[in-house]
Amino acid sequence: MKRKLLTLAAAAACAFGGAAQAQISDNTVKIGVLNDMSGLYSDITGPGSLLAARMAVEDYVKATGSRLRIEVVGADHQNKPDVGSNIARQWFDTDKVDMIADVPTSSVGLAVAQIAREKGKLHVNSGSATSDLSGKACNANTIHWAYDTWMLANGTGKAIVRNGGNTWFFLTADYAFGHALERDTEAVVTKNGGRVVGKVRTPFPTQDFSSFLLQAQASKAKIIGLANAGGDTTNSIKQAAEFGITRGGQNLAGLLVFLPDVHSLGLNVAQGLMLTETFYWDLNDQTRAWSRRFAAANSGKMPSMVQAGVYSSVLHYLKAVEAAKTDDGTKVAEKMKELPTDDPLFGKGSVRADGRKIHPAYLFEVKKPSESKGPYDYYKLAATIPANEAFRPLSESECPLVKK
Amino acid sequence: MVLAFSIAPIWVYPIFLMKVMCFALFACAFNLLLGFGGLLSFGHAMFLGSAGYASAHAAKVWGLNPEFAVLFGTLCSLVLAYVVGSLAIRRQGIYFAMITLALAQMIFFFSLQAPFTGGEDGIQSVPRGKLFGVIDLADNMNMYMFVFTIFILGFLFIWRVIHSPFGQILKAIREHQDRATSLGYDTDKFKLLAFVISGAIAGTAGATKSLVFQLASLTDVHWSMSGEVVLMTLVGGMGTLFGPVAGAAVIVSMQNYLAQLGAWVTIVQGVIFVVCVLAFRRGIIGEIANWIKKPL
Amino acid sequence: MEIFGIPSQALFGQLLIGLINGSFYALLSLGLAVIFGLLNIINFTHGAQYMLGAFVAYLGLQHLGMNYWVALVVTPIVVGATGVLIERTMLKQLYKLDHLYGLLLTFGLALIIQGLFRHEFGSSGMPYPVPEVFKGAINTGFMFLPKYRAWVIVASLVVCLATWYVIERTKLGAYLRAATENPSLVQSFGINVPRMITLTYGFGVGLAALAGVMAAPIYQVNPTMGADLIIVVFAVVVIGGMGSIMGAIVTGFGLGLIEGLTKVFYPEASSTVIFVIMAIVLLIKPAGLFGTQK
Repeated sequence: MKRKLLTLAAAAACAFGGAAQAQISDNTVKIGVLNDMSGLYSDITGPGSLLAARMAVEDYVKATGSRLRIEVVGADHQNKPDVGSNIARQWFDTDKVDMIADVPTSSVGLAVAQIAREKGKLHVNSGSATSDLSGKACNANTIHWAYDTWMLANGTGKAIVRNGGNTWFFLTADYAFGHALERDTEAVVTKNGGRVVGKVRTPFPTQDFSSFLLQAQASKAKIIGLANAGGDTTNSIKQAAEFGITRGGQNLAGLLVFLPDVHSLGLNVAQGLMLTETFYWDLNDQTRAWSRRFAAANSGKMPSMVQAGVYSSVLHYLKAVEAAKTDDGTKVAEKMKELPTDDPLFGKGSVRADGRKIHPAYLFEVKKPSESKGPYDYYKLAATIPANEAFRPLSESECPLVKK
Repeated sequence: MVLAFSIAPIWVYPIFLMKVMCFALFACAFNLLLGFGGLLSFGHAMFLGSAGYASAHAAKVWGLNPEFAVLFGTLCSLVLAYVVGSLAIRRQGIYFAMITLALAQMIFFFSLQAPFTGGEDGIQSVPRGKLFGVIDLADNMNMYMFVFTIFILGFLFIWRVIHSPFGQILKAIREHQDRATSLGYDTDKFKLLAFVISGAIAGTAGATKSLVFQLASLTDVHWSMSGEVVLMTLVGGMGTLFGPVAGAAVIVSMQNYLAQLGAWVTIVQGVIFVVCVLAFRRGIIGEIANWIKKPL
Repeated sequence: MEIFGIPSQALFGQLLIGLINGSFYALLSLGLAVIFGLLNIINFTHGAQYMLGAFVAYLGLQHLGMNYWVALVVTPIVVGATGVLIERTMLKQLYKLDHLYGLLLTFGLALIIQGLFRHEFGSSGMPYPVPEVFKGAINTGFMFLPKYRAWVIVASLVVCLATWYVIERTKLGAYLRAATENPSLVQSFGINVPRMITLTYGFGVGLAALAGVMAAPIYQVNPTMGADLIIVVFAVVVIGGMGSIMGAIVTGFGLGLIEGLTKVFYPEASSTVIFVIMAIVLLIKPAGLFGTQK
């Protein structure tokens, strides 16, 4: 009799435990890491982001002893909006994915944001740059992590103009990201008394920038703003050196430069570049510890800001899922905005009503070869921009979610 | 075939099936020109893509109902086909193919630059709208019936064209153009008409596809898309009626299920091309037709 | 000084870049023209073979320490050999059929080669260093011309003219041209026609590979480098006249210049201008500017 009672009690306990779990769709929290696995952004995101997501899951389970069943899958969107939306659609519709993370390439990010909204799932973007994701294209199912074009423009752009670089010529990657970056930087330049003397749209992606660089040279602008990223940026910088552009007195402004880019350029070419990022492996003890763990599993390559963003966003997502006791996209998004964020990579921050994650930004200058003590020791800190100044203020936001 | 497509959505993801049907229609239209007319167009993607952009724009910016968006897309590609056809028909063989390629590239670059196409971003968030103002196509099953109907209508139309006096003359021209001329037929007019029909139906496929995926992008006007439709027709069987449908099903399925393997899709497609050209020229349906000794 | 409202510096700079692009167009269309003109094969694999050339040079450098100069000689031979293999095993069977099948076969081969490399190397580029001798630039007064790019122009001119000379002015070239006109007659004279055809295909492919090696330091070695280029090169060949060697060379350089010019005045149209010209030429003179209708 006692045995029966015990079994019944155990069964009841399981049932209750099960009920709490029952709101997690099919008992699994499934995270999909969608990014460029083989193309020009693969070093900045790619398999490294997948690794970061898996590390976040491991660390979360270890730290909290959570009993959630969590799965992580990855896919390559090849930087094409149609490929990306097909994968997103299929993931949400048939593969039971609950949250899509990363998604570099702004045109894909915008498409996935739409689909997440339609299906009531969640899209936590660390890879796209366009500030429209928390601006006019914002929605209740999309959260924008790591960085955006407004932050870049106000970090790098403002610093350069204040330093005397007041005439600009833009080389812009011809898609959503490039346009957004050009737009946001142009606004900063003109606000701070500078002038944009010309711009040229470069096909995305491009291998040979020679004719565009010549046009920039002919414009005699003091600053050639590179509104592009990844391979496009490194190619433009290398070729600018080939064609003696910097020798002629013009300076290059890499508006979006990641650590892997500096690594592939080499300090000889990249020294003196000013750039803004929200994460650097060598910032403090916590970032150093995590980054070394990451590099050990990533063939010695240190993490980029985006990969760190994936780790941080997945951690916060899992916390929110546990707190909200559901993996319903819209509800978890609300929870993510409610809970403050705290992780070893970005420190303390929060997610605003418009879906924008807030944390401090850092203006870095690339070291001279003589100043560097080894591989990946590339940045020196020039300034810290506090969280509440680093991103577009809510008052200027075009996001309909923000109550004015 | 009708039966297969009507009950398949119970097991198979309907969006996948709709993709197959759109490409099948595209391939059927292409086959009309190649298999029955003997004209290889290397730029057919321009019809798929531009109709896709047209209908996406119509649905999103002008708020047209889906049936009108598709019609508008078809109309645009019909006009485009007439213009391109009149220019291209004057030459034959490889030169014809090259002209269609050149004109398709021009359409590609136009799509890249024109502001309304959104360049690399494409036209996103295209609303599916309400069919006849009443049936909400956001529901996948409703959309499926809509696409299915369009596919069947298009297919029947092509079937009718092939099994008509016009179709016979077209085949005659394919076999021996000079003889057809000596019989008194104005071969250029027939070829142009075939081109226009082919282009228009390809446009219908494209217009429908952009509503299914709610996205019109550069991939649909890129020359590799023109190459894919050739592959579908070749694999399925040139000059057969059901061939392109089978070919489209095979190629789209392969792309879908091998997608995780990334570049393998391209490799497998290449291998299929090579194998088909060397050993398997009749294609799937062609081989079956040869075996059962009945035209398919 | 300004010409048509554009500072002459900018104009000459862009023209020079156009000439560099033209060198590649010329080299590649030369290979294609040789293959089509003499063999009636439309070699869609040309772009992939160009890419192969760049990769062989890159891999040779990475694993065998093969430097640029050795690569210039070895790579065309290696890739040309693969071309010979393709011709012997596959293309031979298609000669009796419609041209269409040759095109489809080579298209399929291009997909395979490109796919394999993309699978192995991803689609971002591998860096290939400029050879020491050519590092640095010449200050021409209106622009800094990187020495390597100047070399590209010179080298391709030399190769193009040498090829033209061999085909149009030597006995070997005469045999080749005769063999395409009337293979059985030429064969009855004791000349091994099939072998000549195979070697010619190999030579055309080798030219593509050579272009690939020369492109490596400029354009980054990348599996997709041939794909979009091949379409433009086809346009060049068609405009020049599909069988004409001189036509391919002149049109290649010429179109490079026109493209460069367009970039100055109307940059958005620069990619389309070649196709517009092709469409016009095909309508007025379908055999191409220098071609003869076969």
